[in-house]
Amino acid sequence: MSFVSRAFRGRPRERAPADRLPPGQYVVGDFPVLSAGPTPRTPLTAWTFSITGEVDEPRRWTWDEFRKLPSETITRDIHCVTKWSKLDSVWEGVSVDTLLEGIETSAEYVMAFSDGGYTTNLPLADVTGGKAWVAFAFGGAPLEPEHGGPARLLVPHLYFWKSAKWVRGLRLMSEDEPGFWETYGYHMYGDPWQEQRYSCD
Amino acid sequence: MGRVTRRVTETPRVLTLVLAVPDWPGHRAGQHVDVRLTADDGYQAQRSYSIASAPEDSPRVALTIERIDDGEVSPYLVDVLAEGDQLELRGPIGGYFVWDVDASGPLLLVAGGSGICPLMAMIRHRAARQSRVPTRLLYSSHSLEDVIYKHELDRLAGRGDGLEVIHTLTRSRPQGWSGYSRRIDREMLAEVGFAPEQRPLCMVCGPTPLVEAVANALVESGHPADRVKTERFGPTGG
Repeated sequence: MSFVSRAFRGRPRERAPADRLPPGQYVVGDFPVLSAGPTPRTPLTAWTFSITGEVDEPRRWTWDEFRKLPSETITRDIHCVTKWSKLDSVWEGVSVDTLLEGIETSAEYVMAFSDGGYTTNLPLADVTGGKAWVAFAFGGAPLEPEHGGPARLLVPHLYFWKSAKWVRGLRLMSEDEPGFWETYGYHMYGDPWQEQRYSCD
Repeated sequence: MGRVTRRVTETPRVLTLVLAVPDWPGHRAGQHVDVRLTADDGYQAQRSYSIASAPEDSPRVALTIERIDDGEVSPYLVDVLAEGDQLELRGPIGGYFVWDVDASGPLLLVAGGSGICPLMAMIRHRAARQSRVPTRLLYSSHSLEDVIYKHELDRLAGRGDGLEVIHTLTRSRPQGWSGYSRRIDREMLAEVGFAPEQRPLCMVCGPTPLVEAVANALVESGHPADRVKTERFGPTGG
């Protein structure tokens, strides 16, 4: 360690189990809100979820159709690029595997798109194989609008900006493209364990 | 790496650190930095802080820190870090919540508490460039003593160059206070802000409940969502 902050001790270390906390993160008990603009409010009657882009036939679910899909309870740690981590957060959602079932595609990336124009890019392999969900409940209650309700993407192994709030679909792409924060200097992939916060990381 | 050249007490809970950063690449008003503290056993803690100084001040960078009592980083920055000490910085970061003088339209700034910091960078940038872009700052504080940059805001608003500063005090008022004395609501925004037809750019920064209320009220009043930019922080900012 080349530099030491004079007289800085930090919090007692046992508060954060090292194998659960990626570098540079700290644990919070509450659930901070971060977003770049007003919270969109789409009525459930107008809500749909779509799979578009490099697919033979685009797919679309209404809210009622979406909620009839098999769902599961997911307990995971989440890590925000603004340094907070929340351990053992409990979600309910539909696996992205379920949404992509039977889809033929040569795509290797997806762009999640949301109400309000937010987008974020991910490799297809990072949203399949039991690694990503479209979540509609948090802590046993319907997901609040501030936290991305009615539904948000949940990709807990990447920094949480990849878990797009107010998600309305996935666009399958053969080439990677930057989404919203990625065009403003955030990392294209965003692995918290590699501390891939910014484009130069 | 920055070196603390000056500590400025802004309010009883808020301090500005002025840093000399020799290799500072420059920034845009509204961007932030990551501050990283390292203990002698290698333990590190990082937090993000908005840059409060104008780009024109580079390579001097000012960070304004609110002391969070149970925080890990802010009590160190406010209580321990002294003039002459080194501070590890990374940045500037963020390119969305920014404003440049050549942006079109009037500018509405809405701040709650230390949410003023990135907006102050915009106000200082505007002053440094002698811009006359019509600009209104609506600033919510608990009390007059909690208003950060009060004298500088008074002075800049007195230049007659199109900057207006409107305060609201939500917890206590000095005797004879004739200004607003409630949380920011739709009616206040309509009285203070620009009409949607004027296509103002609205920048809102503060604690989440304020940002939610203000952003929703602006959209409900007819401002397009893409002209409303927000930045939030909570007590977990530590």
